[in-house]
Amino acid sequence: MMSDSITRSRPDVTDTPLRVENLTKRFGGITAVDGATFEVERGTLTGLIGPNGAGKSTTFNLITGMLSPDAGTVTFDGEDVTDLESYEIADRGLVRTFQIARELGEMTVLENMMLAPKGQRGERLWRSVLPVARRGVVEQETELLERVWETLEFFEIEHLAEEYAGNLSGGQRKLLEMARALLTDPDVLLLDEPFAGVNPTLEQRLLDHIHELRDQGYTFLLVEHDMDLIMNNCRHVIVMHQGRILTEGTPEEVKSDEAVIEAYLGGDV
Amino acid sequence: MSTTDDEGTVEAFRRLWAADAVKIVALLVVIYGAYLVSGFVLGYSLRGQLNSLASLTFYIGVFGTLALALNLHWGYTGLFNIGVVGFMAVGIYVMAFVSKPLYGSGGAAQVGGLGLPLPVGILAGMLAAALLGFVVALPALRLRADYLAIVTIAMSEIVRFALLSSTFQQFQVPHTLSGETTRVGFGGGSGLILDFPDPLLALIDVVGLSGAYDRLVGLVGRVVPNNPDPIVHSLVYGVVLLGVVAVYFWLLKRTGESPFGRVLKSIREDEDVARALGKNTDRFKTTSFMLGCALMGLAGILWLMGQGAVTPNFFRPRLTFFVWIALIIGGAGSNTGSVMGGAVFAAVLYQGPLYFQNLVTSVFQPGEAPSSFGPAISPLISNVDPFPFLLYTLDSVRQLQLVVMGVVLVWLMHNRPLGMLGHRKETAAAIPLARPREWGGEPTPPAAGGEDDE
Repeated sequence: MMSDSITRSRPDVTDTPLRVENLTKRFGGITAVDGATFEVERGTLTGLIGPNGAGKSTTFNLITGMLSPDAGTVTFDGEDVTDLESYEIADRGLVRTFQIARELGEMTVLENMMLAPKGQRGERLWRSVLPVARRGVVEQETELLERVWETLEFFEIEHLAEEYAGNLSGGQRKLLEMARALLTDPDVLLLDEPFAGVNPTLEQRLLDHIHELRDQGYTFLLVEHDMDLIMNNCRHVIVMHQGRILTEGTPEEVKSDEAVIEAYLGGDV
Repeated sequence: MSTTDDEGTVEAFRRLWAADAVKIVALLVVIYGAYLVSGFVLGYSLRGQLNSLASLTFYIGVFGTLALALNLHWGYTGLFNIGVVGFMAVGIYVMAFVSKPLYGSGGAAQVGGLGLPLPVGILAGMLAAALLGFVVALPALRLRADYLAIVTIAMSEIVRFALLSSTFQQFQVPHTLSGETTRVGFGGGSGLILDFPDPLLALIDVVGLSGAYDRLVGLVGRVVPNNPDPIVHSLVYGVVLLGVVAVYFWLLKRTGESPFGRVLKSIREDEDVARALGKNTDRFKTTSFMLGCALMGLAGILWLMGQGAVTPNFFRPRLTFFVWIALIIGGAGSNTGSVMGGAVFAAVLYQGPLYFQNLVTSVFQPGEAPSSFGPAISPLISNVDPFPFLLYTLDSVRQLQLVVMGVVLVWLMHNRPLGMLGHRKETAAAIPLARPREWGGEPTPPAAGGEDDE
């Protein structure tokens, strides 16, 4: 049945869906990511922090296949996904959002949302065009539409549904991006600075959404600058500095780590 | 009588105008009306009228189809294809190769073809254009837009020069299972005679309308006594072409209004996002590109298969840019706009100047134009006599046409970059995206009919 492919399917696997080992990326003479190794536990909100240029975004790009690493492996749900294309990784349930929200500006919020779900029959040209086959497409679109409206309501942006995504404010775009990513039925969501440029009220709302979703069983890896925000919301924190994993642990452990304090307050550069 | 009645009428009219088909038909009515009225006012002959209407229809048809196909590439997927003529050329040449009669079966042709039926040839031509599209797409679609542009225009020139080369002028291919060969080829620079049976008459024969067609010729013969056959032929062919435009329109509308079209749109907007959402964008781009190429191949076939002969130099890059102008006039991204742009381009920029020239010459019979710019401009300066200069301008309308097109293009880019229809909203979904009725507080608009699921 088609509905299986578009509704949630959650394979039961290990407790660490995402494992990164010895990940390395060089740009010319600069080693942006230098042997990063860490794991993300299922059902947690894990924070990845570090000062500017620590290699957080590059790590994200390496994990999601937008860049290919010079060394190291990325394992997702027990499968080595290091050399897969970005769309193959997303298809397996490891989905990212972007640091600068990348809404599809000339498409409406609804179109943006309808794009995301996996396994859409109508993505085959012939099914969308041929008369009898199209009925199945219309049927599936009707089901998707309902899910899309539910998700819009969850994120409280249903009043923007008909709007072109390019007309949204920065914060609304962040909401749209997260809502859109959710519709792909991800197992793990990588959020790249979801709070940058978002006002405090909206930030709190986004955080509430994230916590609620985590309670439902989603796994999050969160890149963030803001130490306090991470410290208050994540149970596990990974600190990067100059391409390396400086330390990891609970917020308390990390906060009292000398190396972390030095990295943030500036020591060696 | 009352104002509410008036408002009702205005509202009804506005709703009618909202339908795309109405816009297109209205535009066509205006164009044909303008041609007819200006012809009648100036006393153009009936034969001249009918002929100009027929060629107007023809060009509206071919530019409409081409603009629609290009809109799939550029408007929907953001693929910058400036090699349209290459795909048209491959379409008609492969079609001729397959459908021309075998060499030696009489006739003036230097080379023969495979002698297969016309529909097989047309299919083969479209398939070949699609395959060429695939070959171009393989390396180029992975690159950014401007590289695809370079590859496509280079390809179209390669096709033209390959067809011009003497290597492919004539050669032998086996045409039976026992290995007998026959002389085929592309005719080189001197062109290829298209000596297959007349496609329009063949079509009319197949659908069993020969009788009706003959009666139509007889009917037209009463008003245009001398040789009505070619007039009827070209008029009917024009109507068939408009039918093809309608089929293209239907096909591309369905393609756009679907999950497939949605992915194409997202590729146009930001391909990385589409990939990050798990869409294999290479597959979508290749499919879209090949479909558009096949449609361009068919447009090439329809343009030339009734012309008796084809030469490679017909397919100069200039023609590609004509199609681009048509698309930009109408507004990229909109199928309705593409058709309207094709029609306006054909009527005003492509046929308009020539029609104007014919009209003025046949009505005023102004005599010989000066042969060069000097004799044209000197009376204007010495005697303030603008007449020779005007005559000269009129005589050079063909050349000036390109200047006019350039000016129009510049004006459009400055003032109407989104085309005639402005910002168009053609939603990429197979259903209306209104909130489902069962839940949610707001009233939902009535579900708009089942027009999509048929």
